[in-house]
Amino acid sequence: MTTVARSAQAAGASVQDGLSRRRRDVPGTLFLILLLGSLLFSLAILFILLADVLTKASPVFAERGADFLTAPLSSNPSKAGVGQGIIGTAILGVIVALTAFPFGIATATYLEEYARDSRLTRFIQVNIRNLAGVPSVVYGLLGLSVFVALFESLGLGNGRNVLAGGATLAVLVLPIVIITSIEALRAVPNSIREAGYGVGASRWEVTRHLVLPAAAPGVLTGTVLALSRALGETAPLVLAGAVLGSFSADVSKVLTGSYTALPAIVYDWSRKPQDAFRADAAAAIVVLLAITLLANAIAIYLRNRYERTS
Amino acid sequence: MSQLAPPPDAAVPTNGHLGPPGPDTPAVAAPILPTRDRAPVMSTGPAAASVDARDPVIRIEGLSFYYGTFRAVKDVSIEFEPNRITALIGPSGCGKSTLLRTINRMNDLIPGARVDGKVHYHGHDLYAKDVDPVEVRRRIGMVFQKPNPFPKSIYDNIAFGPRINGMKGNMDEIVESSLRRAALWDDVKDKLNQSGLALSGGQQQRLCIARAIATSPDVILMDEPCSALDPRSTLQIEELMLELKERYTIVIVTHNMQQAARASDHTVFMNMADDRAGYVVEEGATLDIFTNPRNQLTEDYVSGRFG
Repeated sequence: MTTVARSAQAAGASVQDGLSRRRRDVPGTLFLILLLGSLLFSLAILFILLADVLTKASPVFAERGADFLTAPLSSNPSKAGVGQGIIGTAILGVIVALTAFPFGIATATYLEEYARDSRLTRFIQVNIRNLAGVPSVVYGLLGLSVFVALFESLGLGNGRNVLAGGATLAVLVLPIVIITSIEALRAVPNSIREAGYGVGASRWEVTRHLVLPAAAPGVLTGTVLALSRALGETAPLVLAGAVLGSFSADVSKVLTGSYTALPAIVYDWSRKPQDAFRADAAAAIVVLLAITLLANAIAIYLRNRYERTS
Repeated sequence: MSQLAPPPDAAVPTNGHLGPPGPDTPAVAAPILPTRDRAPVMSTGPAAASVDARDPVIRIEGLSFYYGTFRAVKDVSIEFEPNRITALIGPSGCGKSTLLRTINRMNDLIPGARVDGKVHYHGHDLYAKDVDPVEVRRRIGMVFQKPNPFPKSIYDNIAFGPRINGMKGNMDEIVESSLRRAALWDDVKDKLNQSGLALSGGQQQRLCIARAIATSPDVILMDEPCSALDPRSTLQIEELMLELKERYTIVIVTHNMQQAARASDHTVFMNMADDRAGYVVEEGATLDIFTNPRNQLTEDYVSGRFG
């Protein structure tokens, strides 16, 4: 073997060494462990919460089954059910969807598509973002001092009705709806707008036929998530009069009479002295979670369908 | 399809200089050519061209354009004659696209934009108070740098413009004739309901051209229409432009010297002044600009010595 060949062989070996030698990346490995640890920690907490609620709730469902879902309120824990709460939460959801969604999407559309980018509009946007972070109990106070008083003065019962509760929740999630809608509108590429103007579309036509359909999946997701948030809120509802009141049997007074909702029921039952109510409260939480999950599932379904057709 | 890139001045011989057309120039571009596709629906754009083919379709007079206080284009006066392809060339940032977008008032959408001077379209001031920019854009169509089909079906991409403009007639025929003129019909006739975004880049750009044609404009503005396309698609678009100029007046911004030389009849060379405002250095028949420029800057630019 010549020296040249030998040295080439040696060089080849060192390349081989270099390629196969792993650098020991200690910080990188630690970081990865930290990330995985955080994930597991969050999952564990969530799992413990769910397991705790489910174990407490399962005897109730096992003993009473569907009766628990339809039974009215009662001071007897073995007879009390969440029927009233489901009705209340459903009505609140409809009120929020009918008020917060159109107002929120319209506001976002104005700010993003129509308003000039001025100091004023930027100031408004910053404030909307801040409003989204205001504690919900503050909205409860607003509901009490504005909506309850307003509906009372309008002669709608004593004002502590499901309308006041729904209006309070709508105002609570309005900033969230606006912000998510703004983000969705911003994600629509400007080239689509230009293309629309280029064929002689007016601003309204561009917004209506091009921008809003393109933003719809994002808007939809954001709004339904906001709805889920609203349905789980307790503090503002309690302040806006959702104590354990049953809906009036008289249909014309459903909206103006006393009312309740699932979170208010959970809140009330968990403070009752009887232990049996604790199990009922856990079961009510399961129902609330199921409703929220259902809302999210609908949002995902609608978004997928919209994305496919557009 | 017409042959590839005939010498620019073979298509429309002109006296080479813009400005009031000399009496010696015969109205070469005058005959409004019957199209080879039967397109009965669309009242063709260049109706005004039949009045006098040598009348400029667009006449820009002393135009300056401002973004806020920054003057992007200064004192531009040019004319665009019917059934010709005019190329706007020049280094980046010299205001070619800005100038192009003043012609169909696309710049109105930019906050703080302001126009000084006049843009005449068949003799009417486009920036007069009572002019609706939406109407301007229907008559002066636009094709953008990056193909930007609507996220809709191929059919709806074409039908959108005619629909919102309340055009009468059989929509299927409008769609078909627009796609035929954009040389896209054979590629897509079996999949009109598929998304326009599913097409290739070159097809998407031809779809955008078809979309621009569908509202029966008589001017088509093209803002670097081939810069996102491969050479083959570029060639197809250029061939298409040569066909389209039989019906339309085309203004194209391009960074591609060969493209300007191949595809245009008339070339406007712009440059940036010291205050960064764009101005017209020289304009003329494309052949003259590329072979016999009067200005040293033009010569340097077209020969690739700067820019």
